[in-house]
Amino acid sequence: MTVPEPETIALEGRPRPAVATSAGASILRPGARQLAIGATLIVALAAPLVTQNFITFQLTLVMVYGLAILGLNLLTGFNGQFSLGHSAFYGIGAYTTAILMNYNVDYYWTLPCAGAVCFVVGFLFGLPALRLQGIYLALATFALAVALPQILKFQPLEPLTGGVQGIALMKPDPPPGVPLNPDQWLYYFTLLVLLVMFAGATSLVNSRTGRAIMAIRDHPTAAAAMGINLPLYKTLTFGVSAFYTGVAGALGAIVIQFVGPDSFPFLLSVSFLVGLVVGGVGSIPGSLVGGVFVLFVPNLAERVSTGLSGAIYGVILLLVIFVMPSGAAGFARLLGGRLARARQSFAKQTTGRIK
Amino acid sequence: MEQLLQQVLAGLATGAIYAAMALAVVMIYQAIDHLNFAQGEMATFSTFFAWQMIQWGWPYWAAFAITVAASFLGGVAIERILFRPIRNAPILSQLVAFIALFSILNSADGEIWDFNIKTFPSPFGSRPLFGSSLISTHQAGMIAVTLVMLALLYLFFRGSRLGLAMRAAAANPQSARLVGIRVGWMVALGWGMSTAIGAVAGMLIAPVVFLEPNMMLGVLLYGFAGAVLGGLSSPGGAVIGGFAVGVVENLAGTFIPYVGHELKLTIALVLIVAVLMVRPAGLFGRVTVSRV
Amino acid sequence: MMLEVRGLCAFYGQSQALHDIGFAIEEGGIVTLLGANGAGKTTTLRALCGMVRTSGEIAFDGKPIAGRATETITRLGIAHVPEGRGTFTRMTVEENLQLGAMARRDRGGIAADIEEVYGEFPRLKERRRQQAGTLSGGEQQMLAVGRALMLRPRLLLLDEPSFGLAPLIVAELFGILRRLNQRRRVAMLIVEQNAALALDLAEEAYLLETGRIVMAGAAREIAKDEAVRRSYLGY
Repeated sequence: MTVPEPETIALEGRPRPAVATSAGASILRPGARQLAIGATLIVALAAPLVTQNFITFQLTLVMVYGLAILGLNLLTGFNGQFSLGHSAFYGIGAYTTAILMNYNVDYYWTLPCAGAVCFVVGFLFGLPALRLQGIYLALATFALAVALPQILKFQPLEPLTGGVQGIALMKPDPPPGVPLNPDQWLYYFTLLVLLVMFAGATSLVNSRTGRAIMAIRDHPTAAAAMGINLPLYKTLTFGVSAFYTGVAGALGAIVIQFVGPDSFPFLLSVSFLVGLVVGGVGSIPGSLVGGVFVLFVPNLAERVSTGLSGAIYGVILLLVIFVMPSGAAGFARLLGGRLARARQSFAKQTTGRIK
Repeated sequence: MEQLLQQVLAGLATGAIYAAMALAVVMIYQAIDHLNFAQGEMATFSTFFAWQMIQWGWPYWAAFAITVAASFLGGVAIERILFRPIRNAPILSQLVAFIALFSILNSADGEIWDFNIKTFPSPFGSRPLFGSSLISTHQAGMIAVTLVMLALLYLFFRGSRLGLAMRAAAANPQSARLVGIRVGWMVALGWGMSTAIGAVAGMLIAPVVFLEPNMMLGVLLYGFAGAVLGGLSSPGGAVIGGFAVGVVENLAGTFIPYVGHELKLTIALVLIVAVLMVRPAGLFGRVTVSRV
Repeated sequence: MMLEVRGLCAFYGQSQALHDIGFAIEEGGIVTLLGANGAGKTTTLRALCGMVRTSGEIAFDGKPIAGRATETITRLGIAHVPEGRGTFTRMTVEENLQLGAMARRDRGGIAADIEEVYGEFPRLKERRRQQAGTLSGGEQQMLAVGRALMLRPRLLLLDEPSFGLAPLIVAELFGILRRLNQRRRVAMLIVEQNAALALDLAEEAYLLETGRIVMAGAAREIAKDEAVRRSYLGY
């Protein structure tokens, strides 16, 4: 193994960190990065105008799941608190929207309400969760995930929740004068919410608060010793994480136009976890990659073989873990590192050693 | 009063299965420091394997023995082939690998043996035990087998060199290597033992809940819950936890109104979480104090 | 030469901790590695046992062992008493000693060796059924050395054996080490911050500074060296 000589490092600028410590660590130089984001944005804006409604619908769902996974990412990826219960927050957000829309609240107002309700639930859950670590926390969140469908089916609550039948929703119309069909409008609406919330998450993660949150994940004892208020940050993170997934659930309810007690099983939490890992734990853009995986791969497996769809899905998942153990984001970082080292040695060869 | 006693005993009987499962869970946890979410599916697969042999005419105990042995080898093989290569990957990634294994096995079970429920024989019969209406022979058999397994494991770990080596490898892998213990193989052994125990649990519960691909879903959950309740560092605690979960689940289902089949799990979990609030490392678990 | 090291480099991730280390230990010899904190002494021991990523050559009995698994290296007869002692705290003293002999098969020999260890360290015998974690620092150090001896090693690696021990205990321990070396020809590589002690026991000494060997020679000569005396011996 050769160690890069000091001269060549000086030529390239700061050596790249081995592990991304913030969402912003990129594989590309700043200029190229803006270009990539811009290109993606243009494609995202144009997509619904050139594809069929069903594809638009699927892309909208990708964004919804990406947002839900981002919520999980904030808690598990950035703060180290393991959760198997995010299907509950998703479901609570969805039902909040459904119930409010049943009372004729406009769909866009239901989003902050769903978010607020989930924030409170998440925060409250985060309080007792402070006492639990690792597996024990997993069990507690698992209990939450399992409890939700039961609570939704609970007879006395039927007038509110619609019981086993669930609640059907109407797809909202675009505002007057906008020349889009409802699916397209919903897509852009979701895209807007996504961009705003992703931007919010990015700025949170890159701020002092974000660093405190990550410090708690990496070295809780040291963080506490430095004066970071662990209980406060941990419960707040729980709340914010639930907020994100709750808003995603609300959007999901509007997009799918239906909520039912069996729509939010524990399996959904597992899907979020899979999406989180595949996209890259601790990577904000990775959450979207996770959303793509979670939506499309099970369908793909089904198309290959209906009987063995679960097995095919499992095999694909294993392949992904073997090839990209740190998810898509980790893989991208690895490639970026190799790219940077290749550039270094190329520069060294062409310019020679500099004294 | 008789009904209460009957329900408690019935709870102990189902609890025996959860205890067996919890034992398997703790075994794996000691070996690899996290849970094996596919354990239930591996147990189901083993049970189907046994069922198939019985269909082909093999006598029960021969099928039982071969299944346990094959499960042991299968567990070792899965560890060596699937999990050893990713042992340095982040924990969440390894977790997803477990989820993948779960999916593969569950799907394979359905495809090979279809989803119709099948009956599975019990070596103990299902007559009332000693004529009493409180407990059947099979239920008594389940409790007995679980306790025997626990005793065997205790003897193995406390009394044999290999058991000592496994304990050392789990407690302090680095130091274990420094005394020449092949830690990698100890982990594989842990997997093998855990899979074998799971197979026994599966073959014990199949006569009660009937064999089908999703048979172990509930059992595994209760097994996990029991293991966590007891404390993941204590096999004895796990067994007690498993029994406790069985009893609570049964009593809740019988005596609390509104509680249907699904709500039982929720109640059991809520109770366990309540216990964890008071004892964050489980009833018998050790709270690790970390020095900085 | 029993152990030969040439051009050894060691890495923690991307950073290099050892640069081109080279030394040799003969059968039954005692060598000491001296240096300040962070000089790379512990890293050298870890490198020998395959606990860090290395490049370079390490030969034991002429056979290369660099890059091999720790447990394989141990089974060749190299016992490492690590920094922090690595005691199995929740197991009894007796179990710790039994674990030291994991790589051996001769039951009778193991039992006899345990008795011998108790002979050298009577305090351990008193506590044989106690949990190792409840022993005092000095006793744990004795236990760690005893456990290493159970392997019947040809080479004993000791990482700061005097650390945290009272001077009387340290003197006792080093006396035991000397006896061991004389009676059983166990070679030793001792990493120590207590330079005076180490130079008294060892035959050869190497001085490390930021991952490089800056001085090497007979222990007696190094002990007399002006610069060493001032920096490491305090007079």
